[in-house]
Amino acid sequence: MTEPVASRFGSLPYRSSPQYAQGSSANLADILERVLDKGIVIAGDIQINLLDIELLTIKLRLLVASVDKAKEMGIDWWEHDPSLSSRANGSRELAEENKRLRAEIEALREDAELPSAEERRSVTEKPPHATPQRRQSAKVRPKKRDE
Amino acid sequence: MTEPISYTYAVVRDADGLPDVLAGVQGVARAPVHLVHGRHGGDVAAVVSPVPPEDFHEDALKRHLEDLDWLEAVARAHHSVVEALSAHTTVLPLRLATVYLDDERVAMTLDACQDTFSDRLSRLAAHVEWGVKIYVEPISVTAARADTAPAPGLSPGRAYLRSRRAQRHTQEDAYRAAEQAAANVEAAAGIHAVDRARHRPQQGELSVGSGENVVNDAYLVPAEHADAFFSDVMRAAEGLDSVRVEVTGPWAPYSFASPPDAEPAEGTASP
Repeated sequence: MTEPVASRFGSLPYRSSPQYAQGSSANLADILERVLDKGIVIAGDIQINLLDIELLTIKLRLLVASVDKAKEMGIDWWEHDPSLSSRANGSRELAEENKRLRAEIEALREDAELPSAEERRSVTEKPPHATPQRRQSAKVRPKKRDE
Repeated sequence: MTEPISYTYAVVRDADGLPDVLAGVQGVARAPVHLVHGRHGGDVAAVVSPVPPEDFHEDALKRHLEDLDWLEAVARAHHSVVEALSAHTTVLPLRLATVYLDDERVAMTLDACQDTFSDRLSRLAAHVEWGVKIYVEPISVTAARADTAPAPGLSPGRAYLRSRRAQRHTQEDAYRAAEQAAANVEAAAGIHAVDRARHRPQQGELSVGSGENVVNDAYLVPAEHADAFFSDVMRAAEGLDSVRVEVTGPWAPYSFASPPDAEPAEGTASP
C-alpha cells in the first residue's frame, strides 16, 4: 500500500534529529490515529465536517480512535454491520462453522436416511420449510449462508 | 480560482534556524513549507504550505478523504513536517486538513488564538509523547504450546475436551497477564510521565502485529526522561508470557495538543 503513495509523492527528504527518527517508518495506523483524531482543532476557512472524517475512517475500517467520537454522537451502526465490524476475523470463523454444521447435517441425514439437499430440490419445488418431510432436518439445519 | 490556498500543519514556538529546517522538508503535495507570523508579532508561528485549491476545497477534500492512498500520502506528509519541526522547537500539531484561503487568514487566526497557542506551547515545551500498546497473543499461538505434550492413553474425546479446557485457561491466563502488564507499565510510566491520554485499542485492517490490542495509551514525558521512560516501560512487561508491549515514539505531542477542557480553540469564522 505504501508503494504507490511513495512513487506518487516521491521520497520525502528527511531531516530530523535521531530522537525523532522513527516517524517516516511509523505505522500508518498510529499516524492516522494522531493526525485524524488528535492535534489541536481550529476552524479553518475550508470547512470539513470532522464527522465526515470520522465516518470515513469507519468506512475504510481503519481502526482509528475517532470511532469513539462518532459513538458519542450516537453513531454506532457499524457495530451492527457485519461487513464493517467483523470482516477481518469473522468470515473465516463463519466459514469454518458452516463447514462443520454442514458435515453434521450430512451425518444426521445419513442416519435418518433423509434425502440430500440436491435430491430434495429435484423432488419438490416448494420452499423448504413448508415440506413436512423435512421437519426433522429443519431442526438441525443452520441458517443457510450462500454468499 | 487557481490561487493556491494555505494548508496549515502546526503552530510552533518560533526559533532560530527554523527556516533552514523547513527548507529541507516537503509538505503535502510536495510543496515547500514556510512560516507565517501573526500581525501583532509574538513568537508563535504557523507552519504552512500552498496547496492547489482544486484538491483542498470542501468537495474535493471530502472526496479525497475517501481514498486511502490519498489520505495516507497527506497524513504522512503532514506527519513528516510536524516531526521535522519537533526536533527543533515545541510543536502544536493541528488536525489534518486545516486549510485557509490564504496566509493572511492564517495570520488572523494566529492573532485570534495567540493566548491559547502560547499557553499550550509552554505546557508542552521540552516534552515528548510516547505511545504504549499492549497486545495479548492470539490463542492459537499460546494454545499451540499447551498442546505440545498430549497426555498418553486418553480417548480422542477426552483429549479434545482437555485441550479445549487448556485453551480456555491459556486464554484466561493471557488476559490476566495482560492486566498485570498493564498495571506494571502504568506504574513504570507514571514515574516519568506528566500526563496520559487513552486511545481506542487498534483493531481492523490497518492494525499490524499479532495479537489483540488491549491497551493503547499515549504518555506525555519530559524530554530528559524520554530514555528512562522507554527502558522502564519495556522492562515492566518482561517475563510475562503471551503479552507483548510495544512502545512507539517519541512523537510530537499530538495527543496532548488540545487544551484539557477539550473545547476547540476559538478560530476565526469564515469571512
